[in-house]
Amino acid sequence: MNVPFEKVLEKKESYFKYLRLDKLPTIWCPGCGIGQALKATCMALYDLGIDNDQVAMVSGIGCSSRTPGYFDGFTLHTTHGRALAFATGLKLFKPELTTIVFTGDGDCFAIGGNHFIHAARRNIDVTVVMINNWIYGMTHGQVSPTTPLGSQTTTTPGGNYEPNFDVAELAKAAGATYVARGTAYHVTELKKLIQDGIKHKGFSFIEVLSPCTIIYGRKNRMTFEEMYMWLKENTIPVKAWEKLPEEKRAGKLPRGVLYHDDSRPEYTEVYWNRVKQLSGGEK
Amino acid sequence: MAKLELKYGNHACAEAAILAGCRFYAGYPITPSSEIAERMAELLPRHGGAFIQMEDEIASMAAIVGASFAGAKAMTATSGPGFSLKQENLGYAFMVEAPCVVVNVQRGGPSTGLPTQIGQQEIMQSLWGTHGDKLIPVFYPGNVQEIMEETIRAFNWAERLRTPVVLLLDEVLGHMRETVDMEQFTPDKVEIWNRKMPDVPPEEYLPYKPGEDDVPAIAPYGTPGYRGHATGLHHDYTGFPTTNPEMCEELIERLIRKVKRNQPEMEKNEEYKLDDAEVAIVAFGTTARAAKTAVDMAREKGIKAGLLRVVTIWPSPEETLNKLAKHVNAILVPELNMGQYVLEVERCAKGEAPVYRLNRANGKVIYPAEILSKLEEIVKARV
Ligand SMILES: Cc1ncc(C[n+]2csc(CCOP(=O)(O)OP(=O)(O)O)c2C)c(N)n1
Ligand code: SF4
Ligand SMILES: [Mg+2]
Repeated sequence: MNVPFEKVLEKKESYFKYLRLDKLPTIWCPGCGIGQALKATCMALYDLGIDNDQVAMVSGIGCSSRTPGYFDGFTLHTTHGRALAFATGLKLFKPELTTIVFTGDGDCFAIGGNHFIHAARRNIDVTVVMINNWIYGMTHGQVSPTTPLGSQTTTTPGGNYEPNFDVAELAKAAGATYVARGTAYHVTELKKLIQDGIKHKGFSFIEVLSPCTIIYGRKNRMTFEEMYMWLKENTIPVKAWEKLPEEKRAGKLPRGVLYHDDSRPEYTEVYWNRVKQLSGGEK
Repeated sequence: MAKLELKYGNHACAEAAILAGCRFYAGYPITPSSEIAERMAELLPRHGGAFIQMEDEIASMAAIVGASFAGAKAMTATSGPGFSLKQENLGYAFMVEAPCVVVNVQRGGPSTGLPTQIGQQEIMQSLWGTHGDKLIPVFYPGNVQEIMEETIRAFNWAERLRTPVVLLLDEVLGHMRETVDMEQFTPDKVEIWNRKMPDVPPEEYLPYKPGEDDVPAIAPYGTPGYRGHATGLHHDYTGFPTTNPEMCEELIERLIRKVKRNQPEMEKNEEYKLDDAEVAIVAFGTTARAAKTAVDMAREKGIKAGLLRVVTIWPSPEETLNKLAKHVNAILVPELNMGQYVLEVERCAKGEAPVYRLNRANGKVIYPAEILSKLEEIVKARV
């Protein structure tokens, strides 16, 4: 910890080519997990050999949605909740662009919930990296659709009493064809999950459990270290999870690829094939 | 030689969009605009373009901006309630300078209002509906031929200024069949403007650095080497967020100036029997059709009436309206709302002539005879 920023840049990691280094440091708080997800995404692109000029990154509004600003590709920071709708237009018109959406639990599942289920239903080839920090970080700690029962937020004094979404199940039910869960603690594993999501032709959803150290952590009396240790101790690789007896699953979450289906057709491919038949033409 | 075709208003809009180069449409069904979407769903695949019915109007507006950034000439069409839903992303399109055309076929409001009947209640909303200061060009044709002209003009200005342009129709225009002379719409006769492209090498490329014309040359996403960032936050030349007051001031002033300075070229009106007019009507869309008939009826009765039919309603023809007020004894503004454009006419008249109103917002049109009796009333009051 506490490595000076200049020292980090000196390392000249291979994935730095995906960063707008002149825009660093980021706005994120010390210890925030969003940077880990950006790093994992850049490493994934590097290993896939996808050039900066082939990537569009779209986001909504929130701390997590600030990610595209630091990503050296074709980037669009849009309106709260609507990233997937913007991305749908972009991807449909330019299917050749690898399209990644960065979003948050509020952005994706409160205000953006409708766009999410419809993008998943269409099975459009977009990779969604959803930073689940269980709270509205940017607006300073209000309850979100993923806030656990009992957690402290600024709009649920005394603890959250609203049930939350199981977002992975929701994604699957809506039609996503690749669903994974990773954490900001397990960065190498997260990189692999995002990499497979990008490779997958169809709607990919990667939930990233990510500490909001400054807001969620402070409100719930968890230190930075405790939040990362929680991720380490309470998430279980999916293979081990499957063997776990029901009573030992309580309070824990599986991580890894939760669902993968390569059989369903991808939206833009279906659309442009129809166009070919009808017009025999290019756009 | 004239090439006459009988055309349905909403279909004319869709067909003209294709002529203008539109290759992306996203929308959500709503009366009385749905025929535009239906026609686009047929035409776009045949012209190698993309059509998508989104989950709502918010998403439709978002999708056309996404496609616009990918380089598409893009359009959406809607009506009252849907136009309200589009507002946040319309403001976004203005801020990030995404060329696009938003059609609003006006019906009766407020709320769900009168879905199958006419209204002209979004005169103010089309300019002021989204939060924050702005200036968005708004065009309002008056017949089916002109729907085609104005649709093409909307695309052209959207591309040239990198701005959303609102095309207002109304239920009667959208659902009207009229003869169109297609001669002027043969592809070699249609003038098409395209957005400008960066003229600097990638190393020097700053997506939001404006040119002399106040318009930045943003490369379509996917153009090798010309990567960039766009945000609805105030931003600098790189497109990256800033709160620097000088940069913010420069941006908001430029965004408005870029449209405003082109007002003279963008202005479009029809003047009917105004030369010797003593009383003038200012009207647009379907109401202007009744007003034209009313002018003839008034003249038969010896009233020297004339009509200024405004087509580019925003930015408004300030000078023209002021001159008109100096030239006539009174102005009448009939409109299918509770009094919207009349406020702008009053502002521009600067007291040079009294401005009268004729308003209706019950789903019915204003008939020529009603305008005539209002004219008679005005003339009587002034002698
Ligand atoms: C239409 C609209 N409503 C509300 C807001 C205010 N707002 C900004 S970010 C945010 C919540 C973001 O939460 P989340 O998506 O979880 O992102 P995080 O900051 O936690 O990464 C809200 C409500 C807004 N910008 N736009
Ligand atoms: S508020 Fe929370 S989510 Fe936002 S940057 Fe800070 S730690 Fe991260
Ligand atoms: Mg959050």
